[in-house]
Amino acid sequence: MKQQINTYRAGPDEQGHFGIFGGRFVAETLMPLILEVEKAWDAARDDPTFAQELEYYFKHYVGRPSPLYFANRLTEHFGGAKVYFKRDELNHTGAHKINNCVGQILLARRMGKTRIIAETGAGQHGVATATVCALFDLPCTIYMGSKDIARQAPNVFRMKLLGAEVKPVTSGSNSLKDAMNEALRDWVANVEDTFYIIGTVAGPHPYPAMVRDFQSVIGRETREQMMEAEGRLPDSLVACIGGGSNAMGLFHPFLDEADIKIIGVEAAGLGVDTDKHAASLTGGRPGVLHGNRTYLLQDDDGQILEAHSISAGLDYPGIGPEHSWLYETGRVEYVSATDKEALEAFQLCSRMEGIIPALEPSHALAHVSKIAGGLPKDHILCMNMCGRGDKDIFTVAEALGVKI
Amino acid sequence: MSAADSGRFSRRFAALKAAGRGGLITFITAGDPDYESSKQIVFGLPEAGADVIELGMPFSDPMADGPSVQAASLRALAAGMKLARVLEMVREFRARDDDTPIVLMGYYNPIYSYGVDRFLAEARESGVDGLIVVDLPPEEDQELCLPALKAGLNFIRLATPTTDDQRLPTVLSNTSGFVYYVSVMGITGTKSATEGAVKAAVERLRRHTDLPIGVGFGIKTPENVRAVASVANAAVVGSAIIDRIAGGLDGNGRPKPDLAAGVLGYVRELAAGVRGSGGK
Repeated sequence: MKQQINTYRAGPDEQGHFGIFGGRFVAETLMPLILEVEKAWDAARDDPTFAQELEYYFKHYVGRPSPLYFANRLTEHFGGAKVYFKRDELNHTGAHKINNCVGQILLARRMGKTRIIAETGAGQHGVATATVCALFDLPCTIYMGSKDIARQAPNVFRMKLLGAEVKPVTSGSNSLKDAMNEALRDWVANVEDTFYIIGTVAGPHPYPAMVRDFQSVIGRETREQMMEAEGRLPDSLVACIGGGSNAMGLFHPFLDEADIKIIGVEAAGLGVDTDKHAASLTGGRPGVLHGNRTYLLQDDDGQILEAHSISAGLDYPGIGPEHSWLYETGRVEYVSATDKEALEAFQLCSRMEGIIPALEPSHALAHVSKIAGGLPKDHILCMNMCGRGDKDIFTVAEALGVKI
Repeated sequence: MSAADSGRFSRRFAALKAAGRGGLITFITAGDPDYESSKQIVFGLPEAGADVIELGMPFSDPMADGPSVQAASLRALAAGMKLARVLEMVREFRARDDDTPIVLMGYYNPIYSYGVDRFLAEARESGVDGLIVVDLPPEEDQELCLPALKAGLNFIRLATPTTDDQRLPTVLSNTSGFVYYVSVMGITGTKSATEGAVKAAVERLRRHTDLPIGVGFGIKTPENVRAVASVANAAVVGSAIIDRIAGGLDGNGRPKPDLAAGVLGYVRELAAGVRGSGGK
């Protein structure tokens, strides 16, 4: 049942809440710093100099605007809706992650911080963070689960080439949530000089809103580009969701267009009816982790469960709090795609469009492949191609039983 | 209107003052390495010299804790520990000791999942005196702190080196029982503060509160305990005790027969530290 709300774009409130979600659930040691980040972000957001600086790096370093591309062959193949890709995989470093990293490191510099830490799952956020640290000559430590280090070797090497220290995390389930725990532990011990660049729209306030605002450039460009290409806004938007930053970035500027259907695609792993998936909304319930209240995969006793996805970037048992709110209000529809469906979409896109997508947006494309054929030919669908698949070729080869 | 608290903290800290010494607060994770072994240790703590018992509620993602406490949490969970069983252990303890204050320490999600009102009612009824919930700063007081005070449980807040004079009143506003000063910036069981830094911090806190002050993080030896307990009202030892539990396990992670005796022997050594503390 969809609620009647005047605007979906006003959140969060001053305490960082989107409905009951969000908040600031952190240890006291971090709290003064969290408040300082919030203050600095509030000031930067209203400062034209900051906006100019951001725009400069977006244009000349990241390569924005990213193209909006009409996927002609896939459109014909599906036989229904016109399918467009927002090509954020063409950004410098190969994914949308860099948008947020540029924004946060500019903020860290404004705050006079001299050391950067970050967590990473697939390694894309780690690479993007290491990249901006090289650009601004700041020492950088990346926490990465040992399981992810094994399956994302190229990105680990990239981070090292960029001068970052990659610290393997062997606590808990050795994946993204544990990397985030470890980054928080580092931050608690180094609050004075260190800025934590969180990679997604999660964590304590103001991170979910701040990361969303940096990523919203995706949706703002899409609006303009779609007007130019079609003379109107799209009918539907589709994006994959782990923590959900690429999706928030695409969705947010469109939330108040009631006629636009918005769909988030979670990772169903081996299936949402198994215990091997990463679909927090479909298979979880509200809880508190990593500084915010949101939907989490957890057992009956509130212990956090291990997520599973073939895509390391979606392998997280939570989701950004704003998504939890958009889910409960009914504004955004959340569905899921399995490992197998993502693998099929990965291959289809490579062969039909000459674009090797990352496994993350392959989940979004898997859903597009389910619905596009049933939509009218004048229906315009835009999917966020948020990352390229070079990093995933080893994982995909293994899944397909190919030795390279 | 708040329910009256159990009074165990005020009685215990008054008794320490009368005895002219600082107290020893011991931390272990409930159910580490299993329910029975853990219970045996908890039952023996008062006799070994613990003045206040801090019991950890295990959590899968203890992000403010170091490797020792993380491992303890995982051992307890692997042995099937649940939040309800933590309360059960307190109930069993209370049947034999009605004086030693018990603080439950942990993270919010298991409590939130259990249901705040149900948890608070059962905790009070089990004989829990206070709560320390690491990821609930004053900004989130309406979640658990205020309901806990209403239910007659003390909410013990952590003050840290980053809590400056401007923020301290906020942190202290709904704190009761005692104040837990985290003496270092960092996670449990790693760095240690110097005696001078602890002394200065305790003096700063005393300018803001009349509550007893416990100091923890990085306190590992009877000498550390003596030094801290001579300036604060109590010293908290956790990771160092948990390391003794880890050391009392065999190659398969099962407790050796003398596990509890070994751990309690170590607590006795620590307690000897406060007995010579002079105290406040």
